Amino acid sequence: MHELSVCQALVNQVVEIAQQNSAHTVRVITLHIGPLSGVEPALLVSAFPLAAAGTVAASAQLVIEPQPLRVHCQTCGADTEATPNRLLCGICGDYHTQLLSGDELLLANLELIT
Amino acid sequence: MCDTCGCNVTPGNRHLAYKPVNGGTSAVSVLKKLLAHNDDQAAHNRAHFDTRSILTINLMSSPGSGKTALLEATIDALRDEFRLAVIEGDLETENDAARIRARGVPAYQITTGSACHLDAHMVHEALHHLDLSAVDILFVENVGNLVCPASFDLGQHRNVTLLSVTEGDDKPAKYPVMFRAADAVVLSKIDLLPVLDDFDPARAEQCLRQLASTVPLLPLSARKGQGMTAWYDWLRSELAAQRARVSAGQTVKPYIQPDGARLHAEVG
Repeated sequence: MHELSVCQALVNQVVEIAQQNSAHTVRVITLHIGPLSGVEPALLVSAFPLAAAGTVAASAQLVIEPQPLRVHCQTCGADTEATPNRLLCGICGDYHTQLLSGDELLLANLELIT
Repeated sequence: MCDTCGCNVTPGNRHLAYKPVNGGTSAVSVLKKLLAHNDDQAAHNRAHFDTRSILTINLMSSPGSGKTALLEATIDALRDEFRLAVIEGDLETENDAARIRARGVPAYQITTGSACHLDAHMVHEALHHLDLSAVDILFVENVGNLVCPASFDLGQHRNVTLLSVTEGDDKPAKYPVMFRAADAVVLSKIDLLPVLDDFDPARAEQCLRQLASTVPLLPLSARKGQGMTAWYDWLRSELAAQRARVSAGQTVKPYIQPDGARLHAEVG
């Protein structure tokens, strides 16, 4: 249950950015989370109110945009979809692949009321 | 979160962009790593290590897979060759640090209470309790857990994940985030393989390779002294590589497909 730690880090960043922009309320927080980030979106959503209580983000809506899992094959050059425990090339089946997306743990966007 | 390294001024600030939505409301686009504060502290820790040419290795696994036993055997074999130190992470007790100290190596125990992982701030605090001027290799034995520790950079140079043969051989498929984070995977307790008919080392390796991992798989038994030479040789080569990097003014983070991270155009 490290999602609470992640949420506390998120709220710290959000509060900082809200202050820099002289905002009194944060309305929407948008995150990009990939399946290999090690963070479970549903747990993040349930931990968020605890971390945000008493801050400018207390009433914010948390929007999580899941990211696709895609790999680039170093052997045949193809870009294909993959699953978290099968990151093989979808065309030739080789395991010499690089992750193109899927491990994101990013704060993407804030909607602030100033 | 971190007052020591000036991380309140972040590269993420440069990417602030304003898009008016309606009166009194504005949208700010950031693209910032959620764990940026932890990552800043981790970079600070790594700078401490690099200044002193220390190689730092983070050991991760399930509870009971033999991390401390591996360290005990490693200390016995390498204590005359290298100066070693250990940071132990557990929820409670000094037991593991006491086992290391009994071998004559300095150890600091972090007790996390109920936290399921170590983070860069806990390790930074622990560093103040160790004499880093007399260390070649620092081991951080993380909390036994195949989930959370994989998400937190501590400032280490390399991650080693242990898989004991008393666990399932499909563990890499069940815990892909953890096994993807490994720079080397140790298959521990192999002396028990003859009495375990349901663990197939070839299947464990296949599950690991399906994560697009090309890292070394080191089968060994710390208790019976089997396969230890390959582990010691890996440590020697990693320490030599670390010293070469330090001489060249470079550093390294654990291998987690750096090209993938670059392609995300992440800030931080």
